[in-house]
Amino acid sequence: MNKLNGKRNILKEAGNNRMAAIGGAIVILLVLIAILASLLSPHDPFEQKLENRLLNPCFEYPFGTDDLGRCIFSRLIFGTRYSLAIGVTVVGITALVGTTLGIVSGYSRGIIDEILMRIVDIVLAFPGIILALVIAGILGPSFLNVVIALSLTHWPAYTRLVRGITLSLREKEFIEGAKALRASNIYIMRRHILPNCINPIIVLATLDIAHAIIFATGLSFLGLGIQPPTPEWGSMLKAGIPYFRISPHLTFFPGTAIMVTVMAFNFLGDGLRDMIDPKINEIILVSE
Amino acid sequence: MTLLSVENLKKYYYSGVFNKKEIRAVDGVDLEIKSGRTLGLVGGSGCGKTTVARTILRLVKPTDGSIVFDGRDITKLKGRQMKNLGREMQIIFQNPETSLNPRMKMYDAILEPLRIHKLCSADEENEKIHRLIEIVNLNKELLFRYPHELSGGQLQRVVIARILSLNPKFIVADEATSMLDPLVQAQILNLMKDLQEKLGISYLFISHDMDVVEWMSDEIAVMDKGKIVDWK
Repeated sequence: MNKLNGKRNILKEAGNNRMAAIGGAIVILLVLIAILASLLSPHDPFEQKLENRLLNPCFEYPFGTDDLGRCIFSRLIFGTRYSLAIGVTVVGITALVGTTLGIVSGYSRGIIDEILMRIVDIVLAFPGIILALVIAGILGPSFLNVVIALSLTHWPAYTRLVRGITLSLREKEFIEGAKALRASNIYIMRRHILPNCINPIIVLATLDIAHAIIFATGLSFLGLGIQPPTPEWGSMLKAGIPYFRISPHLTFFPGTAIMVTVMAFNFLGDGLRDMIDPKINEIILVSE
Repeated sequence: MTLLSVENLKKYYYSGVFNKKEIRAVDGVDLEIKSGRTLGLVGGSGCGKTTVARTILRLVKPTDGSIVFDGRDITKLKGRQMKNLGREMQIIFQNPETSLNPRMKMYDAILEPLRIHKLCSADEENEKIHRLIEIVNLNKELLFRYPHELSGGQLQRVVIARILSLNPKFIVADEATSMLDPLVQAQILNLMKDLQEKLGISYLFISHDMDVVEWMSDEIAVMDKGKIVDWK
């Protein structure tokens, strides 16, 4: 398709791809909410009014109040910041590290490749959430430790993906041509291999943000992530459980927020994947 | 004057961990190419033509033998000298569509060799590139396009232009025209011949098309199973 049209307009294609459009719109909305949190929230997310505890959704408190009389709506709005921050930070770190290792691994082959891939195998052999639980448990609960735990478990996906692409690229004639020009290996990796890996990396990163957010909220739900009173969705969910039968809105709204956010990133990632290249599908599926 | 002489060139590949199998891709090849001349190399698929080319260019390490280029043995060159060798010998590949980075515009692709070897300053680039595309007869509107927007013949001209920027003495054409249609093939071959007359470039012209090789070459070597079996 892009061969015929010459230049392609990614925005226009995204508009035609309904899934990507919906996902993208929600993601943009979430980013705006996170940035404008203090303007959008009707109440202070930390302010406790015990006389207003466990109120059902009403005009004053759109999503009701929790067991300490805090505005759930405001807390959810501020919670967007934490979820997005964790998702973006984790994906930023893992994509950077994973891609670098993947290119080095696939390009150098031999013993370096062998060692790196065995490390990847070891990390992937553990179910991700268990490894993250162990690391978060050892390090103790905090924002930074959640990021560390998730980064340590998420990088191998990028390494595998990028290594696979690098292996197929290094047989291409333009890489050999660059070698015949006597370009340095670092130059070839940076100028020839990296730019040809970017599209699949973007797709994987988008899907991975969703994954990281689920993991992060999961960790704080289990008490190993960001701690209360910080308005984090996972810990809000946990705090609502004792009141599930009398005030289900305590768990319903944070749960919905998590679901909508994760689905938005998944839609966007899937849509981007369909747009970029059908072939990439297989590579990403295999590497995950 | 001899530009390149190859003696007893061998390239063996090994496969298998326990049961080592030896594959003799090139098994004792002698070649000699004179300055400003073309040596044709023909042979069936898998007879080792491409391995000979890659070994001469030092893209792969020879198992044994010597390669003397322009009076010096390049078999064991390293580092700085190896980098400089890139300015003297170059290669044109078979498939023009994969010969250029799909994410690099033609302008950068043509200037890449000069940038790698730091042979021209930023303000000379424009002038240099226009001279190069004039030599290979390429429309300057194509400079800001990506490889998939060009035809095979145009791409092969770009490849030649970027190689020429280094002023090489010796070019390996590894089936350089076999994927082009006959008319474009003739144009590219003519361009290569012109360049040889003007610049005195020597070619190692690899092909399986006997007619093309006969038209291009001064001498022809026939390869089979890693050895030269016939000279014409």
